Amino acid sequence: MNKQEQVQQMTTYMANFVSHIAKVLPDDIIAKLDELGAQEDAPLSKVIYETMKRNQKLAKELNRPSCQDTGVLQFWVKCGVDFPLIGELEPLLKEAVVKSTFEAPLRHNSVETFDEFNTGLNVGKGTPTVWWDIIPNSDKCEIYAYMAGGGCTLPGKAMVLMPGAGYEGVTRFVLDVMTSYGINACPPLLVGVGVATSVETAALLSKKALMRPLGSHNENERAAYMEKLLEDGINSIGLGPQGMGGKYSVMGVHIENTARHPSAIGVAVNVGCWSHRRGHIIFDKDLNYTIDTHSGVTL
Amino acid sequence: MLTIKDGKKILTTPVSAEDLKDIHIGDIVYLNGSLTTCRDVAHRRLVEEGRPLPVDVKDAAIFHAGPIIRPLENDRFEMVSVGPTTSMRMEKFEYEFVQKSGVRVIVGKGGMGPNTERACREFGAIHCVFPAGNAVVAATEVEEIVDAQWRDLGMPETLWHCRVKEFGPLIVSIDPEGRNLFEENKVIFNQRKEKAIEEICKHVGFIK
Repeated sequence: MNKQEQVQQMTTYMANFVSHIAKVLPDDIIAKLDELGAQEDAPLSKVIYETMKRNQKLAKELNRPSCQDTGVLQFWVKCGVDFPLIGELEPLLKEAVVKSTFEAPLRHNSVETFDEFNTGLNVGKGTPTVWWDIIPNSDKCEIYAYMAGGGCTLPGKAMVLMPGAGYEGVTRFVLDVMTSYGINACPPLLVGVGVATSVETAALLSKKALMRPLGSHNENERAAYMEKLLEDGINSIGLGPQGMGGKYSVMGVHIENTARHPSAIGVAVNVGCWSHRRGHIIFDKDLNYTIDTHSGVTL
Repeated sequence: MLTIKDGKKILTTPVSAEDLKDIHIGDIVYLNGSLTTCRDVAHRRLVEEGRPLPVDVKDAAIFHAGPIIRPLENDRFEMVSVGPTTSMRMEKFEYEFVQKSGVRVIVGKGGMGPNTERACREFGAIHCVFPAGNAVVAATEVEEIVDAQWRDLGMPETLWHCRVKEFGPLIVSIDPEGRNLFEENKVIFNQRKEKAIEEICKHVGFIK
């Protein structure tokens, strides 16, 4: 393949991948929802979980996006410096979103700020979002694709605490979001927490935390312990599916962290809704791909 | 009209205040008839700009939703995927919206506040939650899109006037007495939250 053909090939793959994640949830999310649903016994919770299951089945059968809010597309790219399409990647991802928008179809979710008009293409200035990690001595490209819907974007919050507030302050910060905006963000939620040195470092980590597979833990023992404490604590609130009450509130809590300035604790929360549409795909230099979030996919 | 079929409570438009008198928070109902998508800018236009709604929603239902639509031939449309959006965004407009439009059933996601409670109480209306994220279930319960108005607002915000059949499950979150399921739950959730914070804080004194 020449370069132009490669660009076309990868654009098609990414458009198809985006369309797929709009329609079928990742394996780990499906398993977790089944697990949580099976443990609810109140009639209201049961009806909601049954509706969710029926919806995912219908979405697959009818080949439609399972939720109407297909979000703003966000890509976290970990690209090797020797990946052949590194220079073409950003425009290529934008093109893939436009292509998927017409093919899937996806909702038009890009409103230009200040001019306040919907572009009608689902892309705009700075959308899709692309975060870059450049990987030395690598010719691979790893991409997390995420559909950031409005409902689960709204609870997003970041601030800088004084060290005196401590991890107790972090705890309150996270739990306050759960009972205010979290209820409306389509529980059971996946909760991403960033603990770092400033608002933007914490905020970005809180989003990246949502890309981790369910059941994974922070590699720091105390952070992993806090993930568990927060998960149990938020579950004890009993938000239930749709925040209408039930035995559980969350699918998991993931913390990502960096070092911090001695005078500051940056903290942020991002949540994913039950319909957590994220996918992970890895390309080698010849554009052979591996998908580890969704089984049995051919793009 | 309120009917009960196979144990399901079904509201058919036009719905009167009388039909809603035995509906309470936590009930599950289904809807037949007229349902129009109506969200942020449409509320603003009616309430702030004083522009009349181009679709008559009196004694019918609105849906806080922005769907995915596929255009068909001859100005017809297909509902591909539709689900509720966060109702709270419409809270500041909802009292006047119900007063001016005469809408009887408001469908959305999550709770609403005192303006909507007052509207439900004074005008005999309800707010219901369609379990969000279940957009294909909802779309297959739309029999036909009968009209599309204010198309200048783009796909999510256009008023898509639909005919629906057993649209639901709709969980009643504000009833005609003005009781609010989310607000009542919130009191309980906040009590449990304080307990949870207290418990967690015993274990996270990492700064020593």
